[in-house]
Amino acid sequence: MSKITIPLGPQHPALKEPENFMLVLEGEQITGATVNLGYNHRGMEKAAENRTYIQNLYLIERVCGICSHSHTTTYITNVEELAKCETPKRALAIRTLFAELERVHSHLLWLGVAGYEMGFETLFMYTWRDREQVLDCLEMLSGNRVHYSINTIGGVRRDISAEQKAGVIKRIDYLIERTNYYIKLALEEPTVAARTANVGKLPPEVAIERGAVGPTARASGIARDVRKDEPYLIYNELDFKLITHNTNDVFGRLVVRALELVESYKMIKEVLNNLPEGPIAVKVPMRIAPGECVNHYEAPRGEDIHYLKANGTDKPERLKVRAPTLANLQSVAYMMEGGWLADVPLVIAAIDPCMSCTDRAVVWDPKKGRKQVYGWEELRKLSIEQYKRRGVDFTRL
Amino acid sequence: MKTIDKLITWSLLKSPWILHFNSGACNGCDIEIVDALTPKYDVERFGMVLKATPRHADILVVSGPITRQQAKRLKTIYDQMPEPKFVMAIGACGCSGGVFDGCYGVVPGSVGSVLPVSVYIPGCPVRPEAIIDGVVKMIQSVEAASK
Repeated sequence: MSKITIPLGPQHPALKEPENFMLVLEGEQITGATVNLGYNHRGMEKAAENRTYIQNLYLIERVCGICSHSHTTTYITNVEELAKCETPKRALAIRTLFAELERVHSHLLWLGVAGYEMGFETLFMYTWRDREQVLDCLEMLSGNRVHYSINTIGGVRRDISAEQKAGVIKRIDYLIERTNYYIKLALEEPTVAARTANVGKLPPEVAIERGAVGPTARASGIARDVRKDEPYLIYNELDFKLITHNTNDVFGRLVVRALELVESYKMIKEVLNNLPEGPIAVKVPMRIAPGECVNHYEAPRGEDIHYLKANGTDKPERLKVRAPTLANLQSVAYMMEGGWLADVPLVIAAIDPCMSCTDRAVVWDPKKGRKQVYGWEELRKLSIEQYKRRGVDFTRL
Repeated sequence: MKTIDKLITWSLLKSPWILHFNSGACNGCDIEIVDALTPKYDVERFGMVLKATPRHADILVVSGPITRQQAKRLKTIYDQMPEPKFVMAIGACGCSGGVFDGCYGVVPGSVGSVLPVSVYIPGCPVRPEAIIDGVVKMIQSVEAASK
């Protein structure tokens, strides 16, 4: 049978975000897949260099609308570490609370999208209805539904009152009940199992080799979670289980996320019931002393890494973001190979891709409409040539 | 007005079908658009349905700043839509570039610099109520123009 190559995206019914997959097909079966990124590339890392640390907080938040708290917390941990600032305990606890609320909203959102891709639209509508409860919590605590902006350099912006605490706990209790229903549904509903079992296989050794992170790695039986491996915020004081599953497929990713929801509810309640007393923020000088810093954070999709270099002014010299989706996309290409075309949307959705996080630093060859990624060597050669034309020689570097 | 035009306007007003296009947004607006379609706000009860292909859509909902990669593709998608067609620019980024104004990967200005826009809905991100309000205002203006 002859091979054909079809493009999937950047605008495609199954994709919620711009990304492109070139699929090589033999009949209905996929024999090769390439991932093309860059449709969402805005140039945020460069923009961050022209803004002050406090302005960047609002820019970094908009790296991604779903995991905005993850990005700001990682960024702000870097800034506070460089400024040698002692963040109050209460602020750290409030940040942890928001991190877990965000995980709940993100996982519920994913559950809905996965249901939609399976053709189980009722599940999509159910989970998105329940997700409104978390958004209500976030709005009540921070004033906004999606970009909460709770972080500020040196602490958090708002405190939590007793009424707010009661409101959150009431909504979480409702969600616990609903989530138990979803877990039952995921484990017992034959249509879900038929659609997800043995789809998008990712064996543990491949997951390690391709650097999978977050629920994608955990569903392949790899116990990898920054909250356990290198606790940040107040995670070392919290009691939670690291969820893994060993089916290595979309079903496993579904179960991992559903069970993680339960752990998150537990943590939210624990944080709220043991909020330390004290101030919520301390003052930090505008100028940050020169230095570099790297921090990682377990975002809902996996490990998020930020690098920050300060030069003594009130603006960073360099900011680099490695979002979890970038790490997981290498695995997607593997998962799709050998699978069926009809499974592609589900396999892509299963890593919970977030392209707005990922598309920041990819270079393209736009000539003649051919999409080709530059290798490191080619890129280096090109830049040396360009600088030669401008009179600088970098050949010896 | 010919009968066929009356029929087209009537069907547009009763069931405006939308196509959502993420032109480089941070996802914040996108999840709020989907929120507007799901049970709490549920605009589907007014006949608004999210369609997958531009050829079925009446309204193109564009969220986010236009990245240089997406500008050409956005234009293609707009050209594929049948007349009469409308464009909604969602969010602060769609209205002015928002927080991404000045980034090298972004086309300067609003969605209006690439496509003719009917409605601008500000907010970062927009609230589902604001989206519903924008749609209602647009439908009212189409209704007024057709009389």
